[in-house]
Amino acid sequence: MIDFFSPFQYEFFIKGIIVSVLLGGICGLVGVYVVLRGLAYVGHGLSHAAFGGAIISSIGGMNFYVGAILWSYLASFVIHEISKRNKIKPDAAIGLVTTAIFAFGVLIVSMTDRYTRNFESLLFGNVLSITDQDLYIIILITILSGLFFFLFHKRLVFTFFDNESAKISGIKTYYVELLFSFVLATVIIASMSSIGVTLLAAVIVGPAISARLLSNNFTNVILSSVAIGIVACFFGMYFSFFLDSSSGPTIVMFVTLGFGLSVLYATLKKIYHSHRHGDLTHSHVHVHVDKHRHEH
Amino acid sequence: MSTFSLLKLINVSFGFSYHDYVVEGVSLEIPKGRFVSIVGPSGAGKTTLLKIISGIHEPWYGYVEFIDDEGIPLHYIPSIGYVPQIETIDWNFPVSVQEVLAMGSWNYKSYLPWIDKKLKQQIKDILKILGLDSYGSRHIRELSGGEQQRVFLGRALIRNPEILILDEPTTGLDYLSREKIFEILKNLNNNGMTIILSTHDITNIAKRSPWVICFNKSMISEGYPRDVLKETTLLQTFGLPDYKTLSRKDND
Repeated sequence: MIDFFSPFQYEFFIKGIIVSVLLGGICGLVGVYVVLRGLAYVGHGLSHAAFGGAIISSIGGMNFYVGAILWSYLASFVIHEISKRNKIKPDAAIGLVTTAIFAFGVLIVSMTDRYTRNFESLLFGNVLSITDQDLYIIILITILSGLFFFLFHKRLVFTFFDNESAKISGIKTYYVELLFSFVLATVIIASMSSIGVTLLAAVIVGPAISARLLSNNFTNVILSSVAIGIVACFFGMYFSFFLDSSSGPTIVMFVTLGFGLSVLYATLKKIYHSHRHGDLTHSHVHVHVDKHRHEH
Repeated sequence: MSTFSLLKLINVSFGFSYHDYVVEGVSLEIPKGRFVSIVGPSGAGKTTLLKIISGIHEPWYGYVEFIDDEGIPLHYIPSIGYVPQIETIDWNFPVSVQEVLAMGSWNYKSYLPWIDKKLKQQIKDILKILGLDSYGSRHIRELSGGEQQRVFLGRALIRNPEILILDEPTTGLDYLSREKIFEILKNLNNNGMTIILSTHDITNIAKRSPWVICFNKSMISEGYPRDVLKETTLLQTFGLPDYKTLSRKDND
């Protein structure tokens, strides 16, 4: 018989679960703002840019995080500037800038054999490759990013909802957006090793779009997205132990399952619509006959 | 702190690509307390002009000045309430009516993410004025076009601005919604608020405004509606022969 608690006797697994839950939560949170900003592709792009920077700095003998931060911040800034100052839309700028940085990293790797860190774990994610240093950095980034979204929530919402009115209202929209890009890049860097560069976008966007299907209320969307992110990452990590699979792809499968369930819920909600008759609230199959009249 | 008494645009030009002006050589003066309708066809640069006044766009040439009672230019922009074209809004954004109204105060209130009690009360009062008392918790998409327009008007009013700028506030609205908006604006103006709006609705809005500016890339004419909204000016503004008929109807 399978012992469901057996993974918890291993230190590496407990560390992996902590990391997965933290990243699931913070990716779920940041994802809501990413989706509402209309930048679903940015997670994918920035993770590639960070990857390019990370391997270049590793080859150069520097700390892995130094290059990742420098290159992804540079990419964030360039994308921000291109889309602000030119006719090019952000998604097009993301497509070129981040892929160019990624390609540069790969080019350097292909020209040298000095790269020592596990290349595959960065691309596809492997919690086993998480070091103590990675764990502390992830805890710190989760706390700081959470604080940023707590304090800047109002300014972010107004900026993303109606940028020009926010600007007239006195919000420094340029800096709010730039700061958001940097926080996003930081979360992406923290998630790279365990979730993987190629899979990260799904963990950022998936919980957010699933949560959006569940509610029209911003607070509920945030709470649901964080919850979906945590649950998907927890189970992804947990089952990767039994399936002997990479943590990244397993987590993405659970995120996709979460999205599927949300679509199902949203569809059923449309059919089974709750409504009131005086004090009585009930749900039943709701067929619109003429305006708001309906058949019971 | 002194407030503005005159808004001045001096030879203002602006565009989005080189040598292609959207607004060209505009000079105009709007005294405090005036209700101005800027009339012009789509693509005339009305929205751009409003954004220059609001400070979103920096003019390429010329400048915008806010002058105080003693004729001295202010070193700051007075508080402006801005109502955008509602067509530009993402109606799927997960915000309630209450949250949209609260945004109007989000630049200087606390960093805490929730809406405090005082602001909640303020929002309630404004919703009452706008005739939307029971709509606070509804998602913005659930409202009609006229109601949505009033919500954005409420957001602009939450800080009691000195100048209210509205971009095509009545486009796509039915007669009653249009009348309601116009009535609210008239009341605000009677209480001293400066109102600048853009419209291509000559018959229902511009003709009833106290002051009209005909605009198409540059100033065509300005003055009282009865003096400005004439066939020749409208032809010059709209540049289409069809407007001969329209303006003739207007003059009748």
